[in-house]
Amino acid sequence: MLGKLSLSAIPLDVPILVGTFIGVAVIGLAVLGAVTYYGKWGYLWRDWLTTVDHKRLAVMYIILAIVMLFRGFADAIMMRTQLALAYKGNPGYLPPHHYDQIFSAHGTIMIFFMAMAFMTGLMNLVVPLQIGARDVAFPFLNSLSFYMTLVGALLINISLFIGEFAQCGWLVYPPLSEMQFSPGVGVDYYIWAVQISGVGTLLTGVNFFTTIVKMRAPGMGWMQMPVFTWTAFCTTVLIMVSFPVLTVTLALLSLDRYLGMHFFTNDAGGNVMLYLSMIWTWGHPEVYILVIPAFGVFSEVTATFSQKPLFGYKTMVYATCSIMVLSFVVWVHHFFTMGAGANVNTFFGIMTMIIAVPTGVKIFNWLFTMYKGRVEFTAPMHWTLGFMITFSIGGMTGVMLAMPAADWILHNSLFLIAHFHNVIIGGVYFGYIAGMGFWFPKAFGFKLNEAWGKRAFWCWFVGFYLAFIPLYVLGLEGMTRRMNHYDNPDWYPWMLVAEVGAIVIALGIVCQLTQLYVSIRDRNLPENLDLTGDPWNGRTLEWSISSPPPAYNFAVIPDIHGLDTFHTEKQLGLKAHGKPLAPIHMPKNTSAGVFIGLFSFILGFASIWYIWWLAAIGLIGIVATMILRSANRDVDYYVPVSEIEHNEEVYSRRIAAAQAAE
Amino acid sequence: MTQAPTTTMTGDSHGSYPSYLIGFVLAVILTVASFAAVMTHALSPGMTMAALTVLAVVQIVVHLVFFLHMNTSTEQSWNLMCFIFAAASVIVIIGGTIFIMHDTAINMMSR
Repeated sequence: MLGKLSLSAIPLDVPILVGTFIGVAVIGLAVLGAVTYYGKWGYLWRDWLTTVDHKRLAVMYIILAIVMLFRGFADAIMMRTQLALAYKGNPGYLPPHHYDQIFSAHGTIMIFFMAMAFMTGLMNLVVPLQIGARDVAFPFLNSLSFYMTLVGALLINISLFIGEFAQCGWLVYPPLSEMQFSPGVGVDYYIWAVQISGVGTLLTGVNFFTTIVKMRAPGMGWMQMPVFTWTAFCTTVLIMVSFPVLTVTLALLSLDRYLGMHFFTNDAGGNVMLYLSMIWTWGHPEVYILVIPAFGVFSEVTATFSQKPLFGYKTMVYATCSIMVLSFVVWVHHFFTMGAGANVNTFFGIMTMIIAVPTGVKIFNWLFTMYKGRVEFTAPMHWTLGFMITFSIGGMTGVMLAMPAADWILHNSLFLIAHFHNVIIGGVYFGYIAGMGFWFPKAFGFKLNEAWGKRAFWCWFVGFYLAFIPLYVLGLEGMTRRMNHYDNPDWYPWMLVAEVGAIVIALGIVCQLTQLYVSIRDRNLPENLDLTGDPWNGRTLEWSISSPPPAYNFAVIPDIHGLDTFHTEKQLGLKAHGKPLAPIHMPKNTSAGVFIGLFSFILGFASIWYIWWLAAIGLIGIVATMILRSANRDVDYYVPVSEIEHNEEVYSRRIAAAQAAE
Repeated sequence: MTQAPTTTMTGDSHGSYPSYLIGFVLAVILTVASFAAVMTHALSPGMTMAALTVLAVVQIVVHLVFFLHMNTSTEQSWNLMCFIFAAASVIVIIGGTIFIMHDTAINMMSR
């Protein structure tokens, strides 16, 4: 009746997990209680959970990403603490069974549910506004994508309290992940969480690709598109090409596990090495899916805060596109040591080194944008400068690893760990936080606190170097990754330094939370309010409308005459438009996404535990909701002119108030 | 689902009676030729495989042009570009995987 599920699946014997569960339960009940106490359920349901508005979905994505950042970081600091303790006679506090789950969960959560969710959130918030669109091409799919991501995140976190998580690393390499060696439900949790959220990501890719191709404002040719939109476009292309590969790879692994097939087993003709090739065919483009939008953020931030147009816009576009193409032909560098010959390794090694060229072009573009600019050292600019330094170091160690001969020594050592954290924290994370600070006023109508933002930056920046430079040294000294315990006295002091680094990063996260708290508390102070909708003297279209924008974004779709039209017209003092208002066609909210998400959760959870009747209910529920949604013709409405006029009037009064204050 | 001004309808052309007929005749000829190549044993096994590959690729092109109305006109340029890009990606992914796994198999004697 309940498949593999029984009471013994709940890990009551692990005090850390029981404590965590109590903590999560208390916070969860407090949040639910507060929503009930203030009577906000209707508001939450109508205005947020069932919304198809890209701006609100963006906020929900970013909240999810921040929550997942806590989870992922808790894993990280637990690993660092284990390694700071587990030297010689001391076994540390995490037994291998638990430790292995933690490092697997850390990687999976940080990539799929922190970084991907954050990236999708920023794309959702910014892309339609930058191209002058009123929503994305498929608003309902956008809501569905969010719920798919959310369900994946829920599944992976439930594995903490019911059953276990995978113990074979964040990419669950076979044969360790096969039934023979991982008979528990851990790998199944991984497969279903990643597969379901992968559907969401793929739909996001299709959705934003279509939006950018089809819904740009009149006059906006390809070379008039803002750089962030360009990077979002390249990312959607990468998503559409690479995510199906991930889906197929994990589907084959599930066939092995569920139906006893032999794609990646050691016996009966399976080939373990094919899994490595396939998973990295997705995995390498994936890191560019994450970092390319971050490059877009840095371009917008640097140009805006240097009060100059971006240096070399066209080279930036070409560099982004060449990185996009090159990222498909480098995947072997993740497994140079697997045993391919010199031909294969040389080809992929050289391709990997070539990627450094367009990336270097970008770094120089940003530097020359700042050169002779009037640079304002705001918090987003701090993150950008920190990125340029950190990412350059990470890029250089990446080129080192791109040499197959050097990789043979460094493969799977802590040098590798230091390298990819160097590019992912220094590139992706710094970029997303810069983007969050930059576009926060657009989403909410008030600015984030600068002082706490800078404190957070300095903690992250210093903490990063303290935590990861020791890992480079340890890697060169021969320490491998995923180690639970060690005896080498040379390693011990470095591990202590890395632990200090992790604590400094924790302080950085505390500063970020304080920043959010202080900013919300002081949101009505005149210096924090964004009345004009253009707090930074911005260059692109999103700054031409009120903050937060109305649901339809643009009362009148703007005409575009060139790059940064908004900024040019602002300089010339041109009035925005004189076109007559017309009723605006908008999509209605829908609960279909919520219900498909709910049934997907049931399907995933039931399949993990082999409760087949429940899985059937989940599957039937998904199909039935889809049919009901397709049969519903009442999916749109028109915003009347009177409402648009009213909003426009409020906005012009806010602008007048801001001008009076100056 | 707001109607953006840059939106153009793709797939305006749905073909005509003669174009469907030409496509059908070409498809039949290519199919018959494939079967004939195998059944008559006119070619060596290697040559038969090569001939089948060529006929299959031409068959794909015939279907795309006559039944899926893919052409180089401006309305169709996005469809064509997406198709070429997808084909290129598939070639990179499958070709690359074969390249890697073949080399690995020789080196590691896994086959």
